[in-house]
Amino acid sequence: MTTAVINAQEIKSVITKPIADNNPIALQILGLCSALAVTTKLETALVMCVALTLVCAFSNLLISTIRAQIPSSIRIIVQMTIIASLVIIVDQILKAYAFETAKQLSVFVGLIITNCIVMGRAEAYAMKNGPVMSFFDGVGNGFGYSVILIIVASVRELFGSGSLLGFTILDPAKDGGWYHTNGLLLLPPSAFFIIGFIIWGLRTWKPEQVEETN
Amino acid sequence: MEHYISLFISSVFVDNMALSAFLGMCTFLAVSKKVQTAIGLGVAVVVVQTITVPVNYLLSTYLLKEGALAWAGLPNVDLSFLGLIVYIGVIAAIVQILEMFLDKFVPALYQALGIFLPLITVNCAILGGSLFMIQREYDFGESVVYGVGSGFGWALALVALAGIREKMKYSDVPDGLRGLGITFITVGLMALGFMSFTGVQL
Repeated sequence: MTTAVINAQEIKSVITKPIADNNPIALQILGLCSALAVTTKLETALVMCVALTLVCAFSNLLISTIRAQIPSSIRIIVQMTIIASLVIIVDQILKAYAFETAKQLSVFVGLIITNCIVMGRAEAYAMKNGPVMSFFDGVGNGFGYSVILIIVASVRELFGSGSLLGFTILDPAKDGGWYHTNGLLLLPPSAFFIIGFIIWGLRTWKPEQVEETN
Repeated sequence: MEHYISLFISSVFVDNMALSAFLGMCTFLAVSKKVQTAIGLGVAVVVVQTITVPVNYLLSTYLLKEGALAWAGLPNVDLSFLGLIVYIGVIAAIVQILEMFLDKFVPALYQALGIFLPLITVNCAILGGSLFMIQREYDFGESVVYGVGSGFGWALALVALAGIREKMKYSDVPDGLRGLGITFITVGLMALGFMSFTGVQL
């Protein structure tokens, strides 16, 4: 097995590409479930981003390291086992050190296992590339996912409850302030609209991502 | 009986897997271009969900929970941290068995489902169903009803979205919104519609 040639340029492109050019959520349609469900508050979204980026980076690293030994007929199960073990570690750490947040994230930490970003990158990148590059590809895709999550969560928390990370920014009317909170943004459907608009913006900026048909 | 009907209705409409818990979104958006394929995938999800939720309930109650191994003389063992890996293993195994069973005995359905059957393993609605069942502490009867209901609700939402997208072929959508963007907004509107079921109880 030849070790992949690693240069700084390549690493940079692997990390930055998924943020705008090949965003996992907006273009690859991967990992949507958690993006929609954990974004009512910025704090939970941040925890989710960190958890997903770690799992994605390390699963890519591990799978890429043993990719020559994995028989292709059982590769899905092998990948699943690696990913599930990593998610169990993350889940246990969260339960030990951030119990409140872990409770709010409820089943979504566990669902990182079936988050298609992790699985998709393992299958599409880590099975074909060297460990170091795969690790950075995982980090990059984690970032791409995080960017969308953070934008959505900021909009929803700021306009939905008038605060960011729990600090009041816009004085809500119910506490005697001037800002009438928009309850719709705390409800599930708003996440769809916000991501829809992000995609619209992104594709207006980068027209090559526009699809031909509806 | 009433309790079960109420649970079924709420898992189909109020707690809809796709539109209020956002599970199985990737497949939901990717496979909703044609009604025909959407129905095939929907049926497969209902079947898998109906089997996996009760099986995972049994495993969790008799193997994993704190004190669950008392029957084997190990009352102090708590294996619940292994939950995730067991559930996903069960799901992968059941999908595999179902695939072989259909191939042998119902080849017509097997042909119709095609690639969607193996894809169900990574559909988070399935794993999510099991995790919600554990979190909400359903008993065995409830877990069966919840499995059927949540699978059916997901399938219903998928077929509905596919119907809308087939009609939408004829509309003139702004360039940047075409495809994925407008689909997101459509799903958002559908979710708003499903919210009107909130609070419905039998």
